[in-house]
Amino acid sequence: MATLYEGYTLCGVGPVQNSSNIGILGVEQGRDIDYVLVTDSSRSITVYKVSDQKPTGSWSVKQGQIISCPAVFNTQSQEYVVVTDDRVVRVWKEDDVNLEKAFKATVSADVLRVLSATDSEPVVLFCCGAVRFLDSLLASPQQPIEDVLTEDEIIRWSTIVKAEHQLVVLFSTEQRGEHCLYVQRFNPNTLVKHRIETEPGLSAPISFSATCRGSNIHLLYLYLNGSVYESVLPFRSSSTGAEGVQALSCSLCLSLPLGEEKLMSGAAVVLDEAHVAVIGFPHPSAGACKDYLCIWNTHFQTLQASKEMAGRIYSQLWCYSGKLYVPHGKMLSVIPFDCQKSSLAAAMGKLKQTSRSGKDFSVEIWNICPNVKSALTVDQLVEHIKTSAVEDVQAEVGEFIRRAPQADLQLAAGRVALELVSRSQTDANFYPQCAFLQLLETRYLCYSVCPELLSLAMVKKDFHLCQIAFQIFSDIPEAVTCACLKAILSTPDLEMETVNLDTDSVIFMKELTQAHSRSDEEGGQLNGFCPPALESDVSDTPSNKLQRDPLSLDMSCPVGLHKGALLNEVLQTAYSDRSLLPHLKDLTVPQVIVFLQYLRFLYFKYSHDAHKQIRALRTPSISQIIDWVCLLLDAHFTVLAVAPEAKRLVFDLHKFVRSQVKLYAELGKIEGSLQVLKNSKQSEDFGMYAIQVIELF
Amino acid sequence: MQLFSSLWLWKLSCKGIIRTTTGQRHLKHTHTCFRKPQHKHLQRDQLQNSEDYWERRRRTIGLKEWDHARLSDPDWVCAGSAGLDAVGIWFRECTHDREEGTQSEDLRSAMGEFKVHRVRFFDYMPSGIRALAFNQDTERMAVARMDGSVEVFHCSDRFFQEKIIPGREQCGIEGLSWVGERLFSAGLNGGITEYDLTNQKVKYTIDAYGGPIWTITGNQQGTHLAVGCEDGTVKLFEVNEDQIQFERNLDRQKSRIISLSWHPSGSKIAAGMMDMIQVFNVETGHSIHRMLADRGAGTSRSKECVVWSVVYLSDGTIITGDSVGMVKLWDDQTGTLIKSHNVTKCDVLALSVSQNEDSLVAGTSEGIVVQFQFVSMVLEKDDKEWVRTRTFRNHTHDIRAVAEITTAVVSGGMDAQLVVRPLLDKIEVRSAASALRKIHFPHRRLVSCARKSGLMLFQYPGHLELWRLGESEGKGTPGSSLFVKRNPEKLLQLKVKGEDHIRCSAVSPCGGWIVYSTASTLRLYRLHCDNNNISITKISKLPKVLSSANQLCFSSDSSHLFSASAQSSVHIASLSQSGCKFVGTLKPKSGSHQAIHLLAASEDGKWLASANSDHEVHIYNLQTQKAHCTVPVYSSAVTAMGIHPATNCLFMMHADQQMFEYSIEQKQYTDWSRTVQRKGLHRFWVERDTPCLNVMFNPQNPSHVILHDMYMLCIIDQSLPLPDDKTQFYNQLTLKSLTEEQRKSQSHAFKVCKTFKDILCVELMPDQSLVVVERPLEDIATQLPAPIKQKKFAT
Repeated sequence: MATLYEGYTLCGVGPVQNSSNIGILGVEQGRDIDYVLVTDSSRSITVYKVSDQKPTGSWSVKQGQIISCPAVFNTQSQEYVVVTDDRVVRVWKEDDVNLEKAFKATVSADVLRVLSATDSEPVVLFCCGAVRFLDSLLASPQQPIEDVLTEDEIIRWSTIVKAEHQLVVLFSTEQRGEHCLYVQRFNPNTLVKHRIETEPGLSAPISFSATCRGSNIHLLYLYLNGSVYESVLPFRSSSTGAEGVQALSCSLCLSLPLGEEKLMSGAAVVLDEAHVAVIGFPHPSAGACKDYLCIWNTHFQTLQASKEMAGRIYSQLWCYSGKLYVPHGKMLSVIPFDCQKSSLAAAMGKLKQTSRSGKDFSVEIWNICPNVKSALTVDQLVEHIKTSAVEDVQAEVGEFIRRAPQADLQLAAGRVALELVSRSQTDANFYPQCAFLQLLETRYLCYSVCPELLSLAMVKKDFHLCQIAFQIFSDIPEAVTCACLKAILSTPDLEMETVNLDTDSVIFMKELTQAHSRSDEEGGQLNGFCPPALESDVSDTPSNKLQRDPLSLDMSCPVGLHKGALLNEVLQTAYSDRSLLPHLKDLTVPQVIVFLQYLRFLYFKYSHDAHKQIRALRTPSISQIIDWVCLLLDAHFTVLAVAPEAKRLVFDLHKFVRSQVKLYAELGKIEGSLQVLKNSKQSEDFGMYAIQVIELF
Repeated sequence: MQLFSSLWLWKLSCKGIIRTTTGQRHLKHTHTCFRKPQHKHLQRDQLQNSEDYWERRRRTIGLKEWDHARLSDPDWVCAGSAGLDAVGIWFRECTHDREEGTQSEDLRSAMGEFKVHRVRFFDYMPSGIRALAFNQDTERMAVARMDGSVEVFHCSDRFFQEKIIPGREQCGIEGLSWVGERLFSAGLNGGITEYDLTNQKVKYTIDAYGGPIWTITGNQQGTHLAVGCEDGTVKLFEVNEDQIQFERNLDRQKSRIISLSWHPSGSKIAAGMMDMIQVFNVETGHSIHRMLADRGAGTSRSKECVVWSVVYLSDGTIITGDSVGMVKLWDDQTGTLIKSHNVTKCDVLALSVSQNEDSLVAGTSEGIVVQFQFVSMVLEKDDKEWVRTRTFRNHTHDIRAVAEITTAVVSGGMDAQLVVRPLLDKIEVRSAASALRKIHFPHRRLVSCARKSGLMLFQYPGHLELWRLGESEGKGTPGSSLFVKRNPEKLLQLKVKGEDHIRCSAVSPCGGWIVYSTASTLRLYRLHCDNNNISITKISKLPKVLSSANQLCFSSDSSHLFSASAQSSVHIASLSQSGCKFVGTLKPKSGSHQAIHLLAASEDGKWLASANSDHEVHIYNLQTQKAHCTVPVYSSAVTAMGIHPATNCLFMMHADQQMFEYSIEQKQYTDWSRTVQRKGLHRFWVERDTPCLNVMFNPQNPSHVILHDMYMLCIIDQSLPLPDDKTQFYNQLTLKSLTEEQRKSQSHAFKVCKTFKDILCVELMPDQSLVVVERPLEDIATQLPAPIKQKKFAT
């Protein structure tokens, strides 16, 4: 799980003056991780100490001069570097007060940016694509600068990456709709041009982010349609560089959900190998509002954390040492974040977390199915679902499931299910049960993929679907489990018996109830099971002894077969008792009593017929039953204490449990004796001397 | 062609079993071996011819040279990477002798099974620990035991017991103290003893004339020793270069001085007595403060409070541990009590403070060690306090001595085990060296074995016992016990004359000689054993040089006795019916004069190896009686060594569990040894915490080396691949469940048997049976005096 912590304002963003509508030119790392250098477009450069939210130094250029690139800090010489009016490079120290008096040099070509990485010489990138180290440039400022790019090729984005003492400058250019990436390596100087190849129909990438991992540079770029592509470049160039344009292979690693509004801008920045922060794209569950900062997990395609950003978003995003810098509205906010190592459990929200705010978290599986080789593509199928009749839809879904390759199906199943559910919710006559069952059978669905499915089934009283879902979903929230339990308990048995259920579970219930009657006929215990006599009972009501034999416990099933089968499924779901308990309290008194009766029935059955093995695929275990009894008693303690109709039930249960406790106490003693026997056998004492044979292999 | 009638073609299989093969395609194996002709059938010139023949053969095959080194048996040659064709040539020339072949095969394939004599009648009782003294500079821990013996452990070499100075009757050491690298002890006999650590014996003892001495402690400056006497005096001794000299008494007190501690400056001394603590000014000898220790409440009020231990810190705090169970902190400026901690209901017997005075450990008679730490109560503030932090329960009986060393707490007491409890907050890297260590048994062999006659000699402090092993009948399946046809029999009990305890002893391989040495005398006995009549005669006129020995060893044919003596030298005496005659002395060319603790003679009587406590291993040629070579000195002590009977390679085990095999003839490490060092040993092997104490070889299978430590018995098959850290190390159970074929791929060189526990000694007898002498710790525990009775819950 990634977390976005409470942010704070670092500084205000001045009124927008320039044409690009950007208040802040750039945020760069200062002299250490707690300092940042904010260059705003209104002629000033300010150094902030981030933890104090205070400026520690500020410089501005004279009226009429324009800062043309973000200032950077040269960690080697402890100097600040900025370029004004495209060609004047200014270098100053922390204690210089006036920028005008600082060192300046005019160079012979327009500078695009000065790029600086920690502990290395800053690099000057010219608009024409040429690259110089700052010190060599300042040594002879008027040195001729060669044109690397063609005339109408414009640099859109640039960055510097450093690893293993090696610098790499990356910049992307645009020329007549064609996008290229240049990779400039040093020592030896090589410039490699890559053509960014993506699917046709995509516009320009709107945001880039490069990180270095291992011996590769990972470049992430974001398109307006929400696709995030990743390209991997080797850190050290193997080719000589003079081979012309190389195609840059890329892979889709994330596709962000789009709202209805047309997006104009956005930004993404890589946080670690699995997480990416995105701004300017809508929150998947917050409607069209797009002023959200989100952290997405690219491995599992899940939204990990999000934060609403007040005010206008500038589509700018920087990340330094665990903090995100986001200009929005009239301020620059600092938002600390934390990305934990991603695991599937964490991505699905099933990892146990000590603190986790439920709101920030939403699970979404994205459906990336670039090429479905079935008759219908997912998109087509989804379109069909929106309009076609139930029968057609069911047939098409069946066809789709049969023909789609496994990998694609995994991604598509959720989407199809979502679409089916949303149609069913709006259209009362539309309920493709077969299609749902088929989708469930693929086992590619889980609760979080399609949360509405189970509640829809409940509404439609489709208990068969419920049963299958309970069997297949492993991530049903406790609230939903309880809602289902409630629905099952409140449905009359008569109605329930008409439902078509999984035969295996019904057979199990049949056997269970029959076993009861059979053992009754045979006159009780078969295996000599005899709970110790219930002394208090006997002493209290000796006259009752004959009528109320301790074994004549109420062994009739309190619910119908089908209801029982469904309850069994509920008993077998995964839950955490702390989350379940509050929801369990929602049950009404009669429901509680029926459920407890049923649990008691199961418990008695299991205890009595321990020798019988009913063959069934899924049966609730005795510990599951007892856990539920405990939960139910916890949740409705007062109700059970007060309600008169519960008295008999609780009394019986207590009596039986007490006898069991006694039995197990006796078993404990036996176990102790057996343990001693076992131990004594192990330490075979041979006295003082023995001749033995050992074998070594 | 008769020459080749016994020529055999063998294949070393992966399992370490040599089997005949039929010379088919799978002979294309890199370990194909040929047996050279039996030399005994040949005349000298024939031998010569045969050598020529072998040379011719080599050229015919196109082999560069015979790879003798690959096999330890000189009768074998290994055809290196001989190809199929070469093997083909050989095979046609071979004639088979099926019968002999199958016979050998049986013998060899039976290697996996051993008959084991499990011996538990050696009633070895370790003696309780009375005092500890840690030397920070040399990282040595001196341990004094109840029987008067003093041992020196090397703390940074896995607590190997480097030196043992045997005790004597009625010695009663009460205190130990290092002064620089010199070690002193004092005891209830009223004497102060200095030890000669080089030769591992008592250097001198002088009487303090103050009655029994309860405590001894040296100042940090190394100039003076203070002893606390029964007569109530604290006596100061000046430490001179070769002796100590009485200087003066401090003010005499009425009751005995139980404990002493110098202020680190050396100007003051705190003395623990009955019911009080006195602080003396060393300069004037007068008492500065007298602090009264409270007696216990209730019935124990009538009992005196004994201040068992005192520690004087440099900031003027005096810490005492007393018989009421309190650890009290006193201020030496005002002489007042600062704080007291009730640690136990019984006595606090020992205290020890760490070098930087931020941690204190207290040992109690309940067997618990309590740690106090000097920590600030409020974070980042400087007002520190002594706070009770941890409790260690590793002892069953009274803890008589504790010492805090750099990274661990060492404690010892009546239960005779030395416990090294690591302080995990002071350890940076977790390793085998940072594990809890309990030392129960000495790191020397107390058992020697007359292999040819099945006799065992057990060394007790004051006597020797000679036993004859029993005999079994019939065969048994692995894991079963055999019927004991004849019970083991105690043949002899030999009591030592005089008060000194035995330092070393040996029985000759033939069983005809017994020798032992104390610090002062060496005695040699001739043993006659006809059927049930045992008679023993003492050899009276021993050569003068054989007056005392640090280690004793017989040659394999029992014709010579080797006695390790002072200056790392070894005396040789020849033994015959007529008596014992001095033959010569072996001296190392150079190196230290530390006492020798291990001797190993080769089977052929040609070589002798000695190891001393400076980790030097010298090899002597017994024919020339000259030093042959010295094995490169390794950083860890040699714990066991042996010379291979066939190859004459010296196999050495070190305290850090590394193993080396050194070819005496070639004066270099063998290829196998280099491979082991290059590949590294398995993690589990290196992490074992007791040293290997014996190295044996199996004459039936030259590639087997048998080792043991306290917990296991291991056979190393040098022909099998070494395990790396990914392989399962303890794989005997796994192998057992596999089929013969699968085992080949799974097995590795280390075959560890953990069936036996608390092993004192393992020996391999000529009939391929093993003798395992066990001393179960439970048996020791039952013979210890009863611990303090404690109220346990629900008893």
